[in-house]
Amino acid sequence: MTLFLFWVFAVLMVLFGLGVVFFRNPVNCGMCLVMSFIFLAGLFVTLDAFFIAVVQVLVYAGAVMVLFLFIIMLLNLNSEGRRPLNLAAVGGGVLVVLGFLGLLAKVLGSSTFFAQPKPALGHPELSDVKAIGLTLFSTYNLPFQVVGVLLLVATLGVVLLSRKELK
Amino acid sequence: MMPTLAHYLAVSGLLFSIGIAGVLLRRNIIVIFMCLELMLNASNLSLVAFSRFGLLNDGLPNYNGQVFVFFIVTVAAAEVAVGLAIIVALFRARQTTHVEDLDGMKY
Amino acid sequence: MNLALAPWVILLAPLLAAIVILFVGPFSKPLSAGIAILSAAVGAVLSWMLFAHSGDVVVPAMSWIDFGPEFAIRIGLTIDHLSKVMLVIVTTIATIVFTYSIGYMKHETGYSRYFAGLSLFLFSMLGIVLADNFVMMFIFWELVGVSSYILIGHYFEKNSAAEAAKQAFTVNRIGDFGFMIGILMLWFAFGTFTFSELLAKAGAGAAFPVWTTVACIFVFCGTIGKSAQIPLHVWLPNSMEGPTPVSSLLHAATMVAAGVYMLARIFPLLQTVPIALDVIAWVGGITCFVAGLMAIQQDDIKRILAYSTISQLGYMVLAIGVAPSSEVAMFHLFNHACFKCMLFLCAGSVILGMHHEQDIWKMGALKNKMPITFLTCAVGVAALCGVPGFSGFFSKDLIIAFAAEKSMPLFWLATLGAVLTAFYMFRSFFVTFFGPPRSEAARHAGESPLVMTIPLIILAIPSAIAGYGFFAGHFFQVPHPHEETLLTKFGPLGAVVVGVVAAFLLYFRAEKDPLRIPFFANRLYIDALYAAIVRYGQDRFGNVLAWSDRWVIGGVVALSAWAANFAGGCLRLLQLGNLQAYAFFFGAGVVGLLYLLLK
Repeated sequence: MTLFLFWVFAVLMVLFGLGVVFFRNPVNCGMCLVMSFIFLAGLFVTLDAFFIAVVQVLVYAGAVMVLFLFIIMLLNLNSEGRRPLNLAAVGGGVLVVLGFLGLLAKVLGSSTFFAQPKPALGHPELSDVKAIGLTLFSTYNLPFQVVGVLLLVATLGVVLLSRKELK
Repeated sequence: MMPTLAHYLAVSGLLFSIGIAGVLLRRNIIVIFMCLELMLNASNLSLVAFSRFGLLNDGLPNYNGQVFVFFIVTVAAAEVAVGLAIIVALFRARQTTHVEDLDGMKY
Repeated sequence: MNLALAPWVILLAPLLAAIVILFVGPFSKPLSAGIAILSAAVGAVLSWMLFAHSGDVVVPAMSWIDFGPEFAIRIGLTIDHLSKVMLVIVTTIATIVFTYSIGYMKHETGYSRYFAGLSLFLFSMLGIVLADNFVMMFIFWELVGVSSYILIGHYFEKNSAAEAAKQAFTVNRIGDFGFMIGILMLWFAFGTFTFSELLAKAGAGAAFPVWTTVACIFVFCGTIGKSAQIPLHVWLPNSMEGPTPVSSLLHAATMVAAGVYMLARIFPLLQTVPIALDVIAWVGGITCFVAGLMAIQQDDIKRILAYSTISQLGYMVLAIGVAPSSEVAMFHLFNHACFKCMLFLCAGSVILGMHHEQDIWKMGALKNKMPITFLTCAVGVAALCGVPGFSGFFSKDLIIAFAAEKSMPLFWLATLGAVLTAFYMFRSFFVTFFGPPRSEAARHAGESPLVMTIPLIILAIPSAIAGYGFFAGHFFQVPHPHEETLLTKFGPLGAVVVGVVAAFLLYFRAEKDPLRIPFFANRLYIDALYAAIVRYGQDRFGNVLAWSDRWVIGGVVALSAWAANFAGGCLRLLQLGNLQAYAFFFGAGVVGLLYLLLK
C-alpha cells in the first residue's frame, strides 16, 4: 500500500513539476507548482513527518504561492511569446541536468546503505510535533531566534523596496 | 516491496534537476523564481527522507533533519518575499520581466 | 699603561680631531691646526711606545657582521711587527707634514677644511695599517680614496683640480673592483677574511692552486690602482693638483704605499703561488722603467717627483715579487717614505719661495738663496738615486740584486730604471738650484720660514742614515741574496754614475732643455689613449645601454602591461549580463566539482 501511495504521489509531483517548466502562462505555472507542493506534502506523510507536511501546505502552498500569484496579477503578466530557440542555452541546460542525474545514479548505486527499507518506528504513537517542538526550542533555540530576526529584516526590506522613488 | 531510501532520493534528485532545467531554460523571471522554489523543496524531501531512515537509539526518527526543513521553509518564505519585491521594483524600472532584456551588467 | 688600548687611541684620535675641526674650524685657524697635529703626535708617541714593546699585542676584536662561521667580519686591530713598523712610519711622517703645513698653507683658503681632510686621511690610513681582516682593510682602503679625493680637490674651484680628484677616485675604483673580486675569491676558497686565518690556511697546503693564483692576481689589482702601477698610474701625476704637503704625505709616503703594505701583509699566501709573484714582479719592473722614461721630459717640479714616486713604487712591487721576504720591500718603503716626503716638502719650499711657480725652467740659482732647502734636497736626491752611503743605496741595490737572482731581464729593467732615476732627478736638481736664474721670481726667491725648514732637516736625518744596519736593524730583518756577481754588485752603482754624468753634461748650466722627446713628454700617450677610450667607448656603450633600456627592458614592461590588458579583455567577455548564463556556469561548476569529489 505504501509503495502504491509513494508512486502516485511521486509521479504526480514530478508531472506537475514538469508542468511548471513547460507551461507558457505564468498563472498555469503557479497552479502546477501548488499541486506539486501538495503532493510533496503527501510524500512527507508517507515518511511519517506529519508536522512538516502540514507546515509545507500552510506556508508554501498557502502563503508563498499566494504571494506569487498576487505578484503575477499585479504585474499583469501575459503568456510569453514564442522566441527563437537558443540552442546554446538549451544544450547547456540539458548537459547540466544530465550530468547531475548521472552523478546521482552513480552515487545511489554505489552503496547498499541506500537500498535499505524503511525501518520500523519504536514508538509510532508518539507525536512528532512534540518532539520537533522540544528539539527546536532546546537545541536550536538560538537559530530559531535568529530566524525571527531574519523575518523582521525581510519585512523591513520588502517595505523599503516597495516605496515609490522620491522625486 | 517498500520504497527504499534510494527511491526517495531519486525522486528528490529528479525534482531538483527539473528545477535546474527550469532555471536555465525559462525566460520569465517569475517562473525562474518558481523553479528555484522547486529546487528547495527537492532538498527538503531529501532531508526528511534521511531523517526518517536514520533512526536514533530508541526507535525515533532523527528529528534534526525535520527541524532543518522547518528552518529552510521559513527562510525560503522570507526569501520569496524579498525576491518578489525586487522583481516588482525591477519591473517598475524596466517594464519587462523577460530575463534576456535585463543585460545591464553586460560588458 | 695598558697597551691594549693604545691601538684604538691611535686609530680614533685623528677621526675625533676631524670631527672637532669641522665644528671648531670656522672660528679659529690655529686651533684646527693644533688639534690635527695633536692627534697625529699622540698617535706617533703611542706608536713608538708600541714599537718599543717587543712581542705582539693582542687587541680584542669586536664582531660586526656574523652569519655564522662561514661568513663573519670583525672589527679588529692587529699589532705585529709589520704593522708596528708601518704605524711608526705613518704617524711620524704625518706629524712632520702637519707641522710643515702650518707654514705652507698660511695664506691659502680652506685652512680648516684642509686639516680636517688630513685628519680624516690619517684615520683611514691607520685603519688600513691596523686592519686584521680583508673587509675592514677594504673599507678603510675606500676611505683613504675618499680622503684623497677631498684633498686633491682642495682647490676645487680650479677645473683641473676637480678633474684630477675625480680621475684619482675613478681609477682607484677600477683597481678596487679587481681587489674586491680577489677578496671574495679568497673567501670562497679559504672561508675566512681574517689575515691570520688566511695565512694559516695557506700554509696548510696549496688546496686550489689555480684559483688562489687568480685570486691573488685580482687582489694585486688593488695595488695596481692604489700604488699607481702601469696601467693605472695615470691618476698620480694629476694628483699633484693638491697642495704640496698633501702630495708629500699621501701620494709619496703613505697612501700609495698602502698597496705594497697590503701585499706584504699577505706575503706568505703569495709565496704559495709563484705565478702570481711573477706577475707582480713584472708589473713592478715595467712600471719602474716606463715611469722613468716618462719622467725625463717633465718640466713641473712636482710632476717629476710624481713619476719618480711611480717608479719607486714599481721597485717596491718588484721587491715583493723577487725577494724571499717582504722585509725588503718594506725596507725600501721606509726609506722612500722618508726621502720622498722630504723631497716633496723641499719642492713645496721652493714653490713657496718662487711664489707658486712650478716650472723648473723658470727656476735657477736657488742654491744660495735657499740654502737649507738646497742641502736637504741634495740629501734627498742622493738617497733617491741610490748614491752609496745614503739610505736608498741599501734598499734599492738589494732589490736589484734579488731581481738579478730571479731573472736577468728584470735586472736590466731595474738597472735601466736606476739610470733614468739618476738622470731625471739630477736634471731637476741642477736646473732648479744651479744655472742662471731664469725668471724674476728666481732672482727674488728667499728661504722658507722655520716651521717649514725644520721638518726638512728632521727628515733629512733618516734619509741619510736609515740604511745602515745600526738603525735599520731595529726595524727590519733583511735577507741577502745568495750569490752576487760583479755585475749585480756594481751594476747599480754604475747606473747611478752614468745617470749623474749624463745629467751633469746636459743640464748643469742649461738655459733651456736640450732634449725634446715628445713621446716621453706626452707620457707615452697613455693618458690620451684613456681619454679617447672614455670619449668614444663610453658614449657608444652608453647609447647601446640607452637603446636596450628603452626597447628591451622597456619592451618587456610594455609587454607585461599589454598582456595584463589582453587578459582583462578576454576575461571581460565572461561578463555576459545574462542571468541564465551565470546560472549555467554555476550549475556546471557544481556538477564538475561533484564529479571530481566522487571519482
